[in-house]
Amino acid sequence: MKCEDLLKALSDYLDGDIDPQICQELEKHLAECDPCQVVIDNLKKTILLYRKGEPFPLPTEFQERLHSLIRERWKAHRKD
Amino acid sequence: MGTTSITDAQLVHKAKGGDQSAFEELMRRYARRVWTLSYRLLRNREDAEDVTQETFLSALEHLKDLRDEDRFGPWLAQIASRLSLRLLDHRRRSPTQSLEGLTSEVHDDENGGPIPHPEFIAEWRDDPETLLLRKETRDLVEEALNSLPEKYRAVFLLRDVEGLSVKETAQALNISETNVKVRLLRARLQLREKLTRLFGDEATRRMPHHHHDADPNLGGF
Repeated sequence: MKCEDLLKALSDYLDGDIDPQICQELEKHLAECDPCQVVIDNLKKTILLYRKGEPFPLPTEFQERLHSLIRERWKAHRKD
Repeated sequence: MGTTSITDAQLVHKAKGGDQSAFEELMRRYARRVWTLSYRLLRNREDAEDVTQETFLSALEHLKDLRDEDRFGPWLAQIASRLSLRLLDHRRRSPTQSLEGLTSEVHDDENGGPIPHPEFIAEWRDDPETLLLRKETRDLVEEALNSLPEKYRAVFLLRDVEGLSVKETAQALNISETNVKVRLLRARLQLREKLTRLFGDEATRRMPHHHHDADPNLGGF
C-alpha cells in the first residue's frame, strides 16, 4: 500500500468500517510511514474538535418563544 | 431520580404516552443542538430559528412514528437538515441569491476528481480539549467549518457531529451512500488541511512522501 491508497481507505479506517485485509495493509503502511501517521492523528483531532465542541446557546427570547409555542401545540395536539 | 438519568428512549416512550414534561425534557436536551446544526447550515439567525421551531413542531406531530426510540437525536437532526435544505433550495431559486448545490449529485463526488492530497503535515501544538477552551481558537474552528462547500459541510455535520450513520445521512440529504462517503472524506481532509495550517507546529512539519515507483502524476502524498 502507498500513501495514495491509504488516502482512499482513510474514512473507512477512521470509522472502524474497513475490510480486515485492507486494514492490515493500511496498518503495515502506517508503521513505516511517518507522514501518514501524522495525517491520521491530525484527522482524529479534527473530528474530535467538532464532536466535543459545545453547541451554541439558544437566544433567550427565542428559547421562551419556542417553549411556549410547543406547550400550546401540545395541548391542541392532545385534543385531536 | 433526576431527569438526567432518564434515557432519551424512556423520555420518547413517556412522551408518546402523553407525558408533556417528557417532551419538554427532550427539547431541553436537544434545542441547542438543533439550533446549532441549523445555524451552521443556513448561516442566518432568523432562518435557523424558523427551522428549529419547525423541527420540534414536526417532532411533536410525528413522534408516534419514531420506531427507534433511542435514535431521537439523529432523527431530529434528519428533520432539521431536511428543513434547512428546503430553505436553501428556496434561496437558490431566488434571483438575488446564488448558492451552490447541496443535494444535487455532482459526478465528481462519486466518479472521479482526485482526492486532494495532504500538503501541510505537522503535529498540532495543542489537544482539541485545550483548543476549545479559548474563544479565539473556537472562532477559528468555526470559520474553518464555514469555509467548506455546503455539500461537504452538511455531510460532515450529520456524520461527525450529530453521529448519524451513513444510511441516515444519505436519507436526510437525499444522496447515495457512496456520495456520503466521498463527501465525508473530502470534508475531513479539507478541514484537516485548514486546521493543521492554523494549529500545526512548524518545527514538527513533515514533507509528504514521494513514492518513486508510483504514478508520477500522483506522487506520494
